[in-house]
Amino acid sequence: MSDNELIWRVAGGSGDGIDSTSQNFAKALMRSGLDVFTHRHYPSRIRGGHTYVEIRAAGHNVQSRGDGYNFLLALGDSFARNPQEDAYYGNEELKPLAENLDELREGGVIVYDSGLIDEEDAASLDLEARAEENDWHVYPMDLRSLAREHGREVMRNTAGVGVTAALLGMDLSHIEDLMEDAMPEKILEPNLEILHEAHEIVTEEFEFTHDLRIPEGEHDEEQALLSGSNAITFGSIDSGCRFIAGYPMTPWTSVFTLMSQHLPEIGGISEQVEDEIAAAALAVGASHAGVKAMSGSSGGGFALMSEPLGLAEMTETPVVLLESMRAGPSTGMPTKPEQADLEFTLYTSQGDSQRVVFAPGTVEEAYDQTRMAFYIAYEYQIPAIIIYDQKLSGENTNVPVSFFDREPEPTLGSTLTEAELEEAVHDASGKFHRFQHETENGVSPRSLPGQKGGRYLATGNEHTPEGHICEDPDNRVTQMDRRLQKLEEIRRELDEEHESQQTYFGEEDATYGIITWGSSQGVVEEAVERLNEQGHSVKGVGVSDMMPFPEQEMTEFLESVDEAMVVEMNVSAQFRGLIQKELGRYGEKLTSLLKYNGNPFEPAEIVEGYELNIEGSDTEPTAQMRLEPAAGD
Amino acid sequence: MSAFNAIGEERDIDRNEFTPGLEPQPTWCPGCGDFGVLKALKQALPEIGKTPDEVLTCTGIGCSGKLNSYLETYGFHTIHGRSLPVARAAKLANDGLTVIAAGGDGDGYGIGGNHFMHTARENHDITYIVFNNEVFGLTKGQTSPTSPRGHKSKTTPHGNAKSPIRPLSLALTSGATYIARTAAVNPNQAKEIIKEAIEHDGFAHIDFLTQCPTWNKDARQYVPYVDVQESDDYDFDIHNRQEAQEMMFETENALHEGTVLTGRYFVDERPSYQQEKKELGEMPTEPLAERYFDDDYEWERSYDLLERHK
Ligand SMILES: Cc1ncc(C[n+]2csc(CCOP(=O)(O)OP(=O)(O)O)c2C)c(N)n1
Ligand code: SF4
Ligand SMILES: [Mg+2]
Repeated sequence: MSDNELIWRVAGGSGDGIDSTSQNFAKALMRSGLDVFTHRHYPSRIRGGHTYVEIRAAGHNVQSRGDGYNFLLALGDSFARNPQEDAYYGNEELKPLAENLDELREGGVIVYDSGLIDEEDAASLDLEARAEENDWHVYPMDLRSLAREHGREVMRNTAGVGVTAALLGMDLSHIEDLMEDAMPEKILEPNLEILHEAHEIVTEEFEFTHDLRIPEGEHDEEQALLSGSNAITFGSIDSGCRFIAGYPMTPWTSVFTLMSQHLPEIGGISEQVEDEIAAAALAVGASHAGVKAMSGSSGGGFALMSEPLGLAEMTETPVVLLESMRAGPSTGMPTKPEQADLEFTLYTSQGDSQRVVFAPGTVEEAYDQTRMAFYIAYEYQIPAIIIYDQKLSGENTNVPVSFFDREPEPTLGSTLTEAELEEAVHDASGKFHRFQHETENGVSPRSLPGQKGGRYLATGNEHTPEGHICEDPDNRVTQMDRRLQKLEEIRRELDEEHESQQTYFGEEDATYGIITWGSSQGVVEEAVERLNEQGHSVKGVGVSDMMPFPEQEMTEFLESVDEAMVVEMNVSAQFRGLIQKELGRYGEKLTSLLKYNGNPFEPAEIVEGYELNIEGSDTEPTAQMRLEPAAGD
Repeated sequence: MSAFNAIGEERDIDRNEFTPGLEPQPTWCPGCGDFGVLKALKQALPEIGKTPDEVLTCTGIGCSGKLNSYLETYGFHTIHGRSLPVARAAKLANDGLTVIAAGGDGDGYGIGGNHFMHTARENHDITYIVFNNEVFGLTKGQTSPTSPRGHKSKTTPHGNAKSPIRPLSLALTSGATYIARTAAVNPNQAKEIIKEAIEHDGFAHIDFLTQCPTWNKDARQYVPYVDVQESDDYDFDIHNRQEAQEMMFETENALHEGTVLTGRYFVDERPSYQQEKKELGEMPTEPLAERYFDDDYEWERSYDLLERHK
């Protein structure tokens, strides 16, 4: 852990505008040369509820939210207005202050809006004594009056940002620029006044007792602030995807809405449809007719896609689907991240079905692997799924702008043109042999409806080369083998022709490994770094290829260590199970560290899991997580 | 230059082009009404100048779903109940195509009922033929959403307690803009209705009575039938929603009282979904599928969309 980092938490009611405020503040930090990472907490209650956003910023690379935080801006909940509900909800206004104290680090700074949070109420939290004990530095300030004086009450966010900047010794120029870009003239003026006034009051009148200051940093090139959802959207656009069909469901909705904003602007089509069965079926229909298409959902909606997914596999229709996991089962915890849909995604749909599944670990990987998913889907005529979760979907981090400076890849893959169809094999009545028995790599190129000379039947029934329904045993075995061969060919291509999609970190010659998959990667990476700094010798890998499984790479990794801990956000150790199933061994080497309380891992928890594992102590983990020792232990 | 030269191709079309060679031969039972739909389509398509390669026929699962096995067009035999979402997406992807969806009464009014309602509401420019034999044919005669009250089958041994769905009325309230009923025993009317439906700009629904002599012995062969346009006993305006509604209601009741009424019931000029979407700027005016073959097209890229993120 670096001391020289800021983890700023802004807490308020869910209508207090903390999203836009934090987004802009994160950008200001990024523009000032820092690496940033944001984390959004979602209220678990239906009725508004208070929430927070955290921004971690440092002069070095940050890949997780970190542990705890060191600066609280408690706005209070301005939407907590119904006195009758006191009995149920307690003092709502106080909660953004009261409920965030536990995770505040020693030496941390607290700013709260004394216009909304009564100083007497604050006193009831024992704030003074706790501040003393933890070396917290508390700065109450009447943000509300300041906002009202120059503009409207909602602008107290801006006042809060002004106070923050002043206390951190941060220059206002980037914040001003961003406000100028984002705000119409009418509200810009009062906001700027509020910002400056707040900054001035603090600088001139407050006596600073804290040490925390804005970290220093510099980027050697321009950065952009993006979430995993942005990256998946951009990866899709750059793959030439111009069709999406969907039905809203948290957290998948964020990609769906982003695509729906972009597509009409770039001549694409977005369809909100009656249900997820239709959504997946539409994606299949659009792709069948020659457009690069996608759909997606979260657990429950993805369950409805099971049958169209199988149809795509059987008819060899390329399609990309997203599975944006949330805590299950059933409706589960809609806004909480979990990695418990892995097995479901790998195996849903009847028969010996097969598909490609990638689990990106970072924003950059989300972009790259979305492109890879489209490439593979259209080249090999197979569904490709991106599995991710609320955590990756909502976390924003900075990526160099140049990262996106690449050529789009709108190719339809193994699809023939009319000229090529003239040369192709047809049956006596002119049907094109769309599903040929003999192929090089299992892929039999397709035609598109409307092309001259490409007529065939696509069917979910077993079929002959021209697509006729057929239950002949020889044809059956030939077609099954051909389709299944594609997955092996994809594995071969991924191994031989592309950079590995697995991310390795830590000390290469370490004999203890930490394995994770998908969105837990950044946290694990940070934990491994920390363990090595503490003198342990540990290496780690964030796995993205779920199917086809990276057998070779994982065997090499597991052969190189004596012991490994698999970290994942579920209770049934699904990825550990997958490793054992695919490799047929290593049960005695693999310990699991599991968490399923709705909150992602923090680096310190993984460090603790490691310590418990190597010390073999019988003590229970302090955090809500579970350590399941290796089979032989 | 188009990458889809079958679309709009002007040439003489031989009726036999829509019939496959030796294989596959229809496996429908002798006397099955499904033959009537196949025949009517084979006649209708060339008469309106369509060639096999510019037509996409999407079917569901059932005896009826085999339609595109025996009809030479591009075909997509989908899954039970899902022909409509596949069909309408294909039309959105390439709106030069002539898209026909087809399936059984169980397929379209039961398991796929939600898609029926919404595809009609959205008024997609496709034709939907429902083979209504009032039973589940393929799975051996179980009661279907259109089986009459009292209908006995292995799943309702004491008779069906449910009233049948009203397919025409449902299409009307849902928003279909061309609605007709025809019968396999009336090939000329069927052919004409199919032609009109395909040429109609919007969602055209044909409830096609197809007798199932194997499992639905109670139902007669849908004879004698009456064409409501030709009969002097009926007089209503197919452009008038109220009048159409009453006529549909009467037709649906009459079927179970032994009178088979057929004909056109409703035609509306409401713009199709494709038209609406294009007008709003939510859909390109050129067929989207063409773009992937246009070497000069400058594909937009995310690099140019980053401004908001900097
Ligand atoms: C999801 C699903 N459920 C059930 C079936 C089994 N099934 C196949 S066809 C059919 C009903 C057929 O009835 P209908 O749609 O009226 O078509 P028909 O055979 O009468 O033409 C059923 C239940 C299936 N294939 N898929
Ligand atoms: S079972 Fe009925 S619907 Fe099916 S083919 Fe035979 S007659 Fe036709
Ligand atoms: Mg039926």
